[in-house]
Amino acid sequence: MDIVQEIGKDQIRQDLTEFRVGDTIKVHYKIKEGAKERIQVFQGIVIQKKGAQISQTFTVRKISNGIGVERIFPLNSPNIQKIDVVRFGRVRRAKLFYLRNAKGKAARVKERKRY
Amino acid sequence: MIGLIGKKLGMTQIFDENGDRIPVTVIQAGPCRVIHRKNKEKHGYDSIQLGFEEVGEEKVNKPLIGHFKKHNSPLYRHLKEFRLKVYKDIEEKEIFDVGMFTQNEVLKITGTSKGKGFSGVMKRHNFHGFKATHGVHESYRGPGSIGQCATPSRVFKGKKMPGHQGVDKVSVTNVKVVKIDQKKNIVLVKGAVPGHINGIVYLRKEL
Repeated sequence: MDIVQEIGKDQIRQDLTEFRVGDTIKVHYKIKEGAKERIQVFQGIVIQKKGAQISQTFTVRKISNGIGVERIFPLNSPNIQKIDVVRFGRVRRAKLFYLRNAKGKAARVKERKRY
Repeated sequence: MIGLIGKKLGMTQIFDENGDRIPVTVIQAGPCRVIHRKNKEKHGYDSIQLGFEEVGEEKVNKPLIGHFKKHNSPLYRHLKEFRLKVYKDIEEKEIFDVGMFTQNEVLKITGTSKGKGFSGVMKRHNFHGFKATHGVHESYRGPGSIGQCATPSRVFKGKKMPGHQGVDKVSVTNVKVVKIDQKKNIVLVKGAVPGHINGIVYLRKEL
């Protein structure tokens, strides 16, 4: 199994800002349209982080025009230009799937104090 | 067709130059030594017999030890004969490794599929089964009728029925080589390959 985990080790991103589940982040993602390349920003709450090594992914959820939108990003994708943490959230679980059913006040995430 | 004997180590993913994720199977292939060269004059056809994974004497039975000794070769755990469709100048004692493959080359990979035990028709032959509701009772995953009545008053041969599934020889064709690591004797191929982890697979390339 060790050899399998070694594969792609050089592709693991060390340069990205660290973030936790519950944080509100901005993902700057490169998008190719034909020959043109542009950066798209996706801002939302991180509701899940999963996987290991090169295969890690994270899910960002936002409310767009009243409709919940979730997007899954590969954490080590070379298409992620940068990640900004907008707000640090304090949550008590690893997966925030309850946010999908929560409305209004219940859909908030407390701010995490950083000393 | 020549090729290598390999061992499936597992699956992972890597990113290509466009930033797309590619699912890859990691295969440890070779180095394989040509133990026996069969030729048209003596054996009626051209082929090479390859050995993979050197082992000690206690792991090989006596008839095989005799075979290896006859060809002045060390002992190997796995043996496999590869037929040569076109004559190739290959001698005994030659050693093949992953260097014989190139990136983006298309291979045929043969392995032994995972055992599924005694399976029903839905899993084994993709039958549809029955409805879960609307009054169906005691036969949700059954095969239904297996034939007619007094004529022919028998079940036709080859009727798809439940039975043992898996542990078959399965080949996948057009498997693309994504990456080669000659130092570690590793090939990454795109997509899945039959068999369980540590299962033996045969990688063949078109000549």
